[in-house]
Amino acid sequence: MKLKVGLAQVAPKLGDVQSNLRMHLDTIAQARQKGLHLLCFPELSLTGYALRDLVSDVAMSPDGGNPVMAQLLTESRDIDLLFGFIEVDARYRYYIAAAYLSQGRVAHVHRKLYLPTYGMFEEGRFLASGERVRAFDTSFGRMGVLICEDFWHMSAAYALWLDGADVLLLVSASPGRGLSPEPDLGSARSVQLMNQAYATFFTAFVLHCNRVGFEDGLNFWGGSTVFGPDGKLMAEAPYFEPTLLTTELDLAALRRARQQLPLLRDERPELLYSELRRLRKLQD
Amino acid sequence: MDIGGKLILNADVTRKVLIAFLRSEIKRFGFQRAVLGLSGGVDSSLSCILAAEALGAENVLAVLMPYRTSARETTEHAAQVALMTGVRTETMDITTMVEPYLLKHRDMSDVRRGNVMARTRMVVLYDHSAVWNGLVVGTSNKTELLLGYGTLCGDMSSAVNPLGDLYKTQVRQMARAVGIPEAIVQKAPSADLWAGQTDEGELGFSYAEVDKLLYLLVDERFTADEAIAEGFDARFVATVTQRLAAFQFKRMPPIIAKVSRRDVGHDFLYPRDWGT
Repeated sequence: MKLKVGLAQVAPKLGDVQSNLRMHLDTIAQARQKGLHLLCFPELSLTGYALRDLVSDVAMSPDGGNPVMAQLLTESRDIDLLFGFIEVDARYRYYIAAAYLSQGRVAHVHRKLYLPTYGMFEEGRFLASGERVRAFDTSFGRMGVLICEDFWHMSAAYALWLDGADVLLLVSASPGRGLSPEPDLGSARSVQLMNQAYATFFTAFVLHCNRVGFEDGLNFWGGSTVFGPDGKLMAEAPYFEPTLLTTELDLAALRRARQQLPLLRDERPELLYSELRRLRKLQD
Repeated sequence: MDIGGKLILNADVTRKVLIAFLRSEIKRFGFQRAVLGLSGGVDSSLSCILAAEALGAENVLAVLMPYRTSARETTEHAAQVALMTGVRTETMDITTMVEPYLLKHRDMSDVRRGNVMARTRMVVLYDHSAVWNGLVVGTSNKTELLLGYGTLCGDMSSAVNPLGDLYKTQVRQMARAVGIPEAIVQKAPSADLWAGQTDEGELGFSYAEVDKLLYLLVDERFTADEAIAEGFDARFVATVTQRLAAFQFKRMPPIIAKVSRRDVGHDFLYPRDWGT
């Protein structure tokens, strides 16, 4: 089957959930007009990124009781949605999260596992880390979600692949940095390489939705991409410009890629389990 | 290692980012306009051109603020850039503002006198900001900020600074890319606070050399020993590393004594773009 996806490379307004909700609804309307099956938004698309002590002001729990969630759930009746928000749990811990909504229900919530807390990043100061990395079922097959720093840790992507994800949805609020003579920023190039590597090694679709705009002097570089299970670039959005990037995923390409290169078939996770057990014993 | 090569930017991308930055960070605060001090030097010339491209020349006010000893060439260069960009200009000679104070303290050192002038220019700019209804665009580059070579509450004051992450070497590269006349790019940088003053004369080393060293120490996180192993003179490295530490205070807001559980200096943490 052919899955029409959209990556909403948008610039959320910092700390303004209502304004961002309106932006989401507008983009969803556009996506619906284009007949998309799935629409992805970047990391923290509902709240903006550089929140600091605003985290608690913009947080919500991903259930229909919350009016913002309720609206998005309604929208998800005829189009699957992935968007970013700050989640607060029942014990007042806050997470950078992404929710996948389908047919009026929350299909999955991913809480960001790896919170960069070094140099310019201070996520660990304000937020809790997620504890789970799991694939989930959708009408289009099994997918996995990771958020920004998560995809710098191969283990997270690998875990999703082992759990059955054939489509990786990577969402980010990645700041551009690293000037050179090249026509992009150093940080952008590293991420493109990673996305392509995952697509190649996993013979899976890898979709990366990054935001644009500025916050506190940080620029977000956009450059959203879709890579196919043959490791080739299928679609890319421009750097820095707000864009709705759309493309069609022919899910049969998974079969063709894996017939050609059966890396999944030949993968031996039990090797890893036993080595990890040994290393764990050594550590103890 | 070709450190000089590592300092080279893609001018198109840099220009694009800096223009979008100015547009975003000015407009989000509800302003359409900018004001800046145009000295005739390469830094303010670059800021001026970027601001004009970001907001439209008609929305930028360049204030020329000579003092009676300012080199005539610098005023001419400033006028040239203003003409080139089509920005609005105003000339406010600061001599009558500073002279009464200077005359009261005739034994004042050059540095003190220079700081009085720099701070007076800040006063003029911020007042013009209010009446022009535009934000003050800064011109301090990364080299100056790291070396602490600027006047606190003087030229270091601004609302939005597009050059703060460009080394002097990179400012020059960008200046050429946007078409600033070579005479402005090439001339010896000077705060022009007294006759014959040059930055490099005051600092004791060239921008070209110090930019390479700063790149290693700051961007690549080389230790002093690693920089010396790369071929930099040990005394030069010591001077620069000492300066980096000594002037950290200039890059930060005033220090506040913590007494409460949540104070503005330590744990009242909000984005500068809060509410915008």
